[in-house]
Amino acid sequence: MAKANCPLPTSNLSEILDKYKQSPGSLLEILREAQAINGYLSREVLQLIAEELGIPESKVYGVATFYSLFKTTPTGQYIIRICESAPCHIRGAQDVLATIEKTLGIKPGETTPDGKFSLEFTSCLGLCGVAPAMMINDQVFGNLTGDRVREIINSF
Amino acid sequence: MNLYRAHVLICGGAGCLSSGCKAVLDKFNTELKAHNLQDEINVVETGCIGTCDLGPVMVVYPEGIFYQKVAPEDVTEIIEEHLIKGRYVTRLLYERPASGEQIPFYNEINFFRKQQRIALRNVGLINPEVIEEYIAQDGYLALGKVLSTYTPEQVIQVLKDSGLRGRGGAGFPTGLKWEFTKNAPGDQKYVICNADEGDPGAFMDRSVLEGDPHSVIEAMTIAGYAVGANQGYIYVRAEYPLAVQRLEDAIKKAHEFGMLGENIFGTGFSFDLEIRVGAGAFVCGEETALLASIEGKRGEPRPKPPFPASQGLWGKPTLINNVETFANIPVIINRGADWFKQIGTEKSKGTKVFALAGKVNNTGLVEVPMGTTLREVIFELGGGIPNHKRFKAAQTGGPSGGCLTEKDLDQPMDYESLVAAGSMMGSGGLIVMDEDNCMVDVARFFLEFTQDESCGKCTPCRVGTKRMLEILTKITQGKGEEKDLELLEELATSIKATALCGLGQSAPNPVLSTIRNFRDEYLAHIREKRCPAKVCRALLQYSISSELCKGCGLCARNCPENAISGEPKKPYTIDQEKCIKCGNCLDKCPFNAITLK
Repeated sequence: MAKANCPLPTSNLSEILDKYKQSPGSLLEILREAQAINGYLSREVLQLIAEELGIPESKVYGVATFYSLFKTTPTGQYIIRICESAPCHIRGAQDVLATIEKTLGIKPGETTPDGKFSLEFTSCLGLCGVAPAMMINDQVFGNLTGDRVREIINSF
Repeated sequence: MNLYRAHVLICGGAGCLSSGCKAVLDKFNTELKAHNLQDEINVVETGCIGTCDLGPVMVVYPEGIFYQKVAPEDVTEIIEEHLIKGRYVTRLLYERPASGEQIPFYNEINFFRKQQRIALRNVGLINPEVIEEYIAQDGYLALGKVLSTYTPEQVIQVLKDSGLRGRGGAGFPTGLKWEFTKNAPGDQKYVICNADEGDPGAFMDRSVLEGDPHSVIEAMTIAGYAVGANQGYIYVRAEYPLAVQRLEDAIKKAHEFGMLGENIFGTGFSFDLEIRVGAGAFVCGEETALLASIEGKRGEPRPKPPFPASQGLWGKPTLINNVETFANIPVIINRGADWFKQIGTEKSKGTKVFALAGKVNNTGLVEVPMGTTLREVIFELGGGIPNHKRFKAAQTGGPSGGCLTEKDLDQPMDYESLVAAGSMMGSGGLIVMDEDNCMVDVARFFLEFTQDESCGKCTPCRVGTKRMLEILTKITQGKGEEKDLELLEELATSIKATALCGLGQSAPNPVLSTIRNFRDEYLAHIREKRCPAKVCRALLQYSISSELCKGCGLCARNCPENAISGEPKKPYTIDQEKCIKCGNCLDKCPFNAITLK
């Protein structure tokens, strides 16, 4: 994932828009690919998408904020998504979360000051067989304990 | 083609990926080369073998030896001992949880032996990225058979005769759904695979998509032919990146082989597939919300009727089935409705995949005939409860379902009997809980989930679940009153009756079911301000026994709130006002002088 503070690469965005403009219902695809450029969807990006697709900005914003994986504020280089759904909960996800919070000094929804890590909750990752589990960007980690999670974070 | 003398199947499912199977796989490939065995022994990265907790796991054929928790350091030993000298590496064999007895053979381990795999037939057996391996397992045979010898009506008749019902939760007869879509007026129709598996504790769909993606593609194409659709969509959640990648790969290869796209098998029938990736919204598993999401809108549900079979995607007739349902279909076509309907119970035919999670020895996926009892699944396949704890409850149907207790252990599990027991089949998640789990906390937890995932469109769900959650939170904090139980039941009843979609209508179920089965536990929280399972933090009290305490001060040094004080060599005390109940002191005390009430 690109750094959070790099400038808006309009050329990439217009490529994405050109690719999807003709196929109806591809707002989610556009938002996902647009988000991949900067790691989040800035106000300017949403405005541009709305203009190009000829739909109200409020609608684009409404869709972007409905889905939990779209971000309208900058995120860290690595997003730690900790699963707090029932199977992870009953196998001690709270303790894992407490360790991450302590190690990084951030709470869910926050980003470390150096912009390296963001911490958030995720819905079930389907890794219930190895609960408690988490993802860092696209990488999966299971059977977490306090020690293991510290080790994993330090390896990034 | 190379003939190998041995095959090493290494599980590449997400569970084993998380425990490092890639490193084991790489090590195997380099070590086989180093031993010059690469032309004799074939290493296959398969989908999920099923026993996630034992990962990384592998099976070595022709003998069928199952190895668990394999680390890269073990690879050389497996090659030199097993593959060269023919001696099993005993320290990596599976051990029966109760007796510790070692079982070398995959087929003799209860977890596998007691399964009947239809939907999961190829998962853990083939390399999902090699289409030839799927074809070798009779893959695309059913599609060929249907396109060349069946009329659409005949396909639907086979499904109706088979008794197959939707595996996503509601259990609606699949053949009927296909027939409704086929008979709906309209030239343009769609087939959708609902792969937005969101129920906490259910991961069978992920496993099928990652381990056998072609089975879904083949079944969707058959569906397209039967209902008269030329376009399909697979709506898969973004939380499953590996599934998305395997699907993309499989679709590409099916195209190259002429099994997808224009003029399939030269029969003149054309059908194509597109993947749509979700963006993190549980409600999108509800079919009308899913349609809205594919159309690029907020994933909000709408009232039914009209059902998607008559007005679905872009207002056109649309067939929506779940992943596991689709995965059954090629087998039903190949082996016939009569074969399929022999399996299962009177009204629930075939098998069901259950995802075993929580407090059970063998977590993972098991596929058993409908009607298998909860006891068989948890104690025989699952190997029972870890650490000699007592079974307390099993949640089926995730946040929409309810809990089963000891009295239900011998109930055959099928759609009807689970409803009769106050729960539901749902998508097949089975979360096992032991004596250390607090049922009030569990109910609060599920409700917190549905509350959070409520899309906010209808008032009963948006506001009602919020009020219920507030009451439950109050109870877990020791501020509950007896009339709260009545209020909870009243709210639950009206939310169930008035919410717009399945999410809201079923959200109160875990609360109702735990009140019904564990009223005493609720009352202990309310009347005695006590959490019997010692989970609800606000109700816990840590204290130091003045007899056992040696005054070493270790607890005080480890207390993050400085709530423990005392003089060296004299008993210490805990200031209950300052205590945050983190439990650090209890863990650190070398003399077991700290008790938890």
